[in-house]
Amino acid sequence: MNGREEKVPLIRLAIVQYVVLGIFVLLIFGLWRLQILHSDTYANMAEQNRVKEVPILAPRGRLLDREGRPVVDNYPSFSALLLRSQGKACDGNLDVIAEGLHLDPVELKTRVKKLSALPGYQPIFIKYDITPDELAFIESHRNELPELDTIIVHRRLYPKNGFMAHLVGYVGEVSEDMLNNPRYELYNSGDVVGQSGVEAEYNDMLMGKNGSRRVLVNSKGKEVGELSDSPAVAGQTLQLTIDLDLQIAAEEAIGDKPGAIVAMDPKTGEVLAMVSRPTFDPNAFAVRISSKEWNALLTDPGKPLLNKAIQAQLAPGSVFKIIMSVAGWQEGIAQNLHVNCGGGASFYGRYFKCWVKGAHGSVGLTKGIYQSCDVFFYTLAERLGIGRIAKYAAALGLGQKTGIDLPQEVSGVMPSEEWKLKNFRQKWYAGETISVGIGQGAVATTPVQLLRAASAISMGGLMVRPHVVFPDKVPGNYRSALHYTDKKEIPIDPAGWQTITDAMSEVLLPQGTAPSAHIAGVDIAGKTGSAQTISNTLKAKVANKGAYKDNGWFVGFTPRRNPDIVVCVLFEGGEHGALAARLATRVIKAYEDKKNHKPMQHLKPPAEDSTPGERAPGSVPPPAAARASKPTEITGLWSEGGSDSGHLLAARFRVENGEQKFRRAVAAPGLEQFAMNTAPGQNNNLPERKKHAPWDNLPVVVGVLPEPLWRAGETR
Amino acid sequence: MSRYIRFRDFDWVLFVFVLIICALGVSEIYSATLHTKFEGMHLKQVYWIIVGVALMFLISLVNYQALLEMVPWLYGFSLVSLVSVLLFGKKYLGARRWIDFRIFHFQPSEWVKLVLILTMAKYFADYTEKELPFRELVNAGLVVLFPMLLVLKQPDLGTTLTYIPISIMALILGGMKAKHGLILLIIASVLTPVAWKWGLKPYQKERIATFVEPEADSHGSGYQVIQSLVAVGSGGMWGKGVAKGTQTQGQFLPVPHTDFIFAAWSEEHGFVGALLLLLLYFGVLMRLIHDAQTAPDRAGVFLIMGVVAVLAFHVLVNVGMVVGFVPVTGIPLPLMSYGGSSILFTFAALGIVMNVRMRRFVN
Repeated sequence: MNGREEKVPLIRLAIVQYVVLGIFVLLIFGLWRLQILHSDTYANMAEQNRVKEVPILAPRGRLLDREGRPVVDNYPSFSALLLRSQGKACDGNLDVIAEGLHLDPVELKTRVKKLSALPGYQPIFIKYDITPDELAFIESHRNELPELDTIIVHRRLYPKNGFMAHLVGYVGEVSEDMLNNPRYELYNSGDVVGQSGVEAEYNDMLMGKNGSRRVLVNSKGKEVGELSDSPAVAGQTLQLTIDLDLQIAAEEAIGDKPGAIVAMDPKTGEVLAMVSRPTFDPNAFAVRISSKEWNALLTDPGKPLLNKAIQAQLAPGSVFKIIMSVAGWQEGIAQNLHVNCGGGASFYGRYFKCWVKGAHGSVGLTKGIYQSCDVFFYTLAERLGIGRIAKYAAALGLGQKTGIDLPQEVSGVMPSEEWKLKNFRQKWYAGETISVGIGQGAVATTPVQLLRAASAISMGGLMVRPHVVFPDKVPGNYRSALHYTDKKEIPIDPAGWQTITDAMSEVLLPQGTAPSAHIAGVDIAGKTGSAQTISNTLKAKVANKGAYKDNGWFVGFTPRRNPDIVVCVLFEGGEHGALAARLATRVIKAYEDKKNHKPMQHLKPPAEDSTPGERAPGSVPPPAAARASKPTEITGLWSEGGSDSGHLLAARFRVENGEQKFRRAVAAPGLEQFAMNTAPGQNNNLPERKKHAPWDNLPVVVGVLPEPLWRAGETR
Repeated sequence: MSRYIRFRDFDWVLFVFVLIICALGVSEIYSATLHTKFEGMHLKQVYWIIVGVALMFLISLVNYQALLEMVPWLYGFSLVSLVSVLLFGKKYLGARRWIDFRIFHFQPSEWVKLVLILTMAKYFADYTEKELPFRELVNAGLVVLFPMLLVLKQPDLGTTLTYIPISIMALILGGMKAKHGLILLIIASVLTPVAWKWGLKPYQKERIATFVEPEADSHGSGYQVIQSLVAVGSGGMWGKGVAKGTQTQGQFLPVPHTDFIFAAWSEEHGFVGALLLLLLYFGVLMRLIHDAQTAPDRAGVFLIMGVVAVLAFHVLVNVGMVVGFVPVTGIPLPLMSYGGSSILFTFAALGIVMNVRMRRFVN
C-alpha cells in the first residue's frame, strides 16, 4: 500500500456531492411545482376523483282515469350490475354470479368481454328487473363479490294484456335522433322518455326532474360516504279523461277483432274510451325489449303498434252519408230530394249499384239515411258536386287532423278538384263525385275524425276537439292544452239536424240497417257503414277474398237530443256496419248502466263475503269459479217477435249465477294492487254507491239464453 | 486487527438519520394500508427493519478487506444465481425474479447490487493509475454488463438500471477520461432507439409513452402517473394529515405503501413534510460522502461511493417518478417503501459503509 497514490482525488468526491445536491434541488423544484404552484388544480382533481354525482331518478307521474283510478303506475325494480376497477375484468367470479342470478354463464362472459372496452368507471348491467331472491343473493355476497352491485329504478307498470296500450303508449331510453331534435334538448342521454301515446305527448309533465347525490367513492367506485343530496322531483300525476268502466267495456266488446273504438263526450271533446286492435304489451318495453320481440311487433301484418283510432285512414263508406245529408240540407237540396231506387242508377254513362239486393223504392232523406240507400246519395252527390261536398266535409273536419293530444295523428283525405290537381295533376271526373257520395273513392278518414264529425252533427253544429286530458289540470304553459277548450260552431239548420238525427235513430230500429244492435230503452242514433277495401271488379279477380273483406263502421250517440256520449267503431273486415254497431252499443250500454247504477254485463260480481265498497282495496278478487254461486232456475213468458199468431210462449231456464253484477273497476287490469293508493284521497269525489237492494242478488240474464229446460206444451 | 474496531467509530449520526427515515416509512405504511387488505403491514416492516439493523451490525464486524478478497467467488456465485433464477425462478406477473425457498423468496438481483459494489471497489482498488485507459474501461464495463443482461432477461428493467450508476460512479472515481465519457454518452444515445425497438417489453414501452403523455390513457397505464401527481399536488403546503389523504385512503393512488409511498407521504404531509424527508435523504447521502472522504483506503472510498450511487439513484428515480419527472419503473424508495428485499439490501449496504468507517484509523 503506497500512501497518497492510492487515494481518490477529493475533487471527484466533491463533484459527486454537487451532483447529488443538483438532484435534490431538481426534486424539490418538482415538489414545489406540484404542491405550491399548481396545488389548487390538483386539489380539484382529487376532489373530482372521490366525489361522484349519483343521479336519483325521479319516478314518472302516474296516469289515472277520470275518476282517479290508477291506469299506469310505477314499481321499484332492481337491476344487477358489475363495477369494474381500473379496466380489470372481473372474470373469476362470473360463474358464481351467473349461478346466483340465474344467467347463462357463457352468455354472461361473452357480454362482459364484449363490454370490457367501455371505460372502467362505467358499470356493466348484467340483469334487469331481478327477483327478490336474486337481490338476496347479491346482498349476502357483498364481501365475496364486491364488484356486484344493484341499482334501483322505478319502472312503469302498464295494464296487462295490452289494455289501453295505444292511448297510454310506452317509454324507452331517449334515442340519439331525439337528442338531436331541439324539442328534446333538455333531455340527457340515458333518460327514459315517452315514446308514444300519452307517455310521449305529456312526457315533460310526467317525467319529473332527476335529483342527484354527491357521494364519496373510492377508486373501485364503492361508496364510502355522502356529502349532500338534492332530491328528485317526481313527475306529476296526470288524470285522463278516460272512464275505465267504458274503456273496459270497449276493450271487451272489440275482443280480438281488428279495428278501433273511440268514445267521446260530444259536449267537451273528452275522450272516454279508446281501443285499437291488435294490441301489444307495453310492459315488454318497460324493462328492455329484445330485438326479436321488437322486430316481431314491427313486422306483424296487423301492425299492433299502430293506434288505429288516430292512424288508420280508410274509406268511411256509408257513414259519410250523414255528412252528405248535412251538406245536402244546408244547400236546400236534400229536404226536397226524392228518388226511386231500383237497385241502382246510371250517372255520366256508368251504372252505379245500390247495396240492396232488391230495390228501396221511393226514398227520401230519412229513408235514405236509415236504409242507407246508395241511389239517394248518388243523386245527392250529383246535385251537390264535389266542391260543395268537400266544403261541408272540410267544415266537419274530414281530411284534417282533429288535433287530439296524441302523437302521430294522420289527416286522412277529403278529395276535391284542387286536391286532385295538386296531387295527381289531373282533372276531376264528375263520375268520381258519385263514389264520394257514399264514402268511397278517394275519401279516407280516421275513426277519431269520423267521431268528431258525428259529434258535431249530434250537437247541432258544435265542434269540439277530442282530447284525453283535462285542459285545466295540466300546466298552463303546456303546448297544446289551451285549445282543447276551444269550440267551433258549424252552422247546421235546426230542422235539418232534427231530421237527420231522427233518421239516424231509426237505423237501430227494425226498418234500419242495424236493428240487431238495438238496446231497449236506450235512445241511440247512429249510422252504419261498410266500406270496400278494393273495388268490386278487382275483388272478383283475387282468390283470397277473405283478405279484402269490407270494413264495418258505425258512429252513434245517445241520447238522440243533447247527447252525452258519441262512439265510433271501426271493425276491419267486419263486412257489415251492423256488426260494428253492436260493438258500439255495448259501450253505450255500459255507459247507460253505469249512469243508472245498473248491473253491467261485463263486470264480475263482488266477492260474496263483502260488499264492493268494503272490500279491501288491493286484495285480489277470488277466481270466478270460486265466486259462482249455484245456478238459478227462472221461468220466462213471452211472445215471439214478428209473428202475428199472438200466442204466448213459456219456458224454464237454468241460468248460471256467477256474473253480471254491477261492480265498478277499481283500477286498470293488472294495477289492482295500486288502487289502495288512490282510495283515501282521490276517490272521495266518486259518486256514492247505492246500497244493495235485495233484488240485486237475483241473476240478470243478458244476451242469449241457454236451451230451455222445459217448454210450455212439452210433457215433463 | 479486531481490537482496533470500536463502536465509538460507528456512524451514529448516519444511523439516527436512517432510523428516522425508517420510522416515517413505517408510519406512512400504517396510514396507507389502513382499512385495506394490507392492513398491519407496518408491523412486518418493523420486523424487517430489526432484521436489517442486525444484518448491518453483522456485516460491519466482518472486515471489508476480507469481503474484497472473496469478490471473485461472490461474483461467480452472482452469475450462477442469476442464471438459476432464470431457470428455476418463480414466475409472478410475467417475470422470473425470485427463487422460492419455502420460508422466504430470494431475489438474487438485489444482492447482486452489493456484489457489484464490492467488485467495482476491488477492481479499482487494484488499479491505481490516475487516468483510466479505454481498455480498462471496457473491462470494467463488461463486469457490470453480464449481470445486467441476465437481470434484464427476467425481465426487471428497474433493477437493471440501478447497476448503471454503480458502474458510472466507479468510472468517474476511477479517473475516466472526459473524452471516454463523451464516447460512452454517444454510444448510449445511439443504443437507446435500438433498445426501444428490440430490448423493451410492450408494457415497458407503454410506461415510457405514458410518461411522455399521461392523459392519453388516463384509465390505463397513465392512471398511475396522473393519480400520483394528483396525490402530491393536492397535498399542498401542509398536507391533508395522517390517514386523511383522499388519494391514498380512497385507493386512487396505486401501491401507496411500496413504490408510491413518497406520493402518499407528500399528500398527507404536504410540501413541508416532503421537504423534510428529502432533507433527511440528503443528509444521509452527504454523511455517506463525508464517510467516504475519511475512508482509510481507495477500496473503502469506492465501496461507500457505490452505496451513495445506488441510494441516490433510487431516490432520484422514485421521487422523480412520483413528481412526474421520470417514467414509472417500479423502483422502491430505500428505507421507506415496504419490502424485505429492499430493506435488507439497504441495511447490508450501510453495514459495509459502517465497516469501512469503523476501520478508518486502522492504518
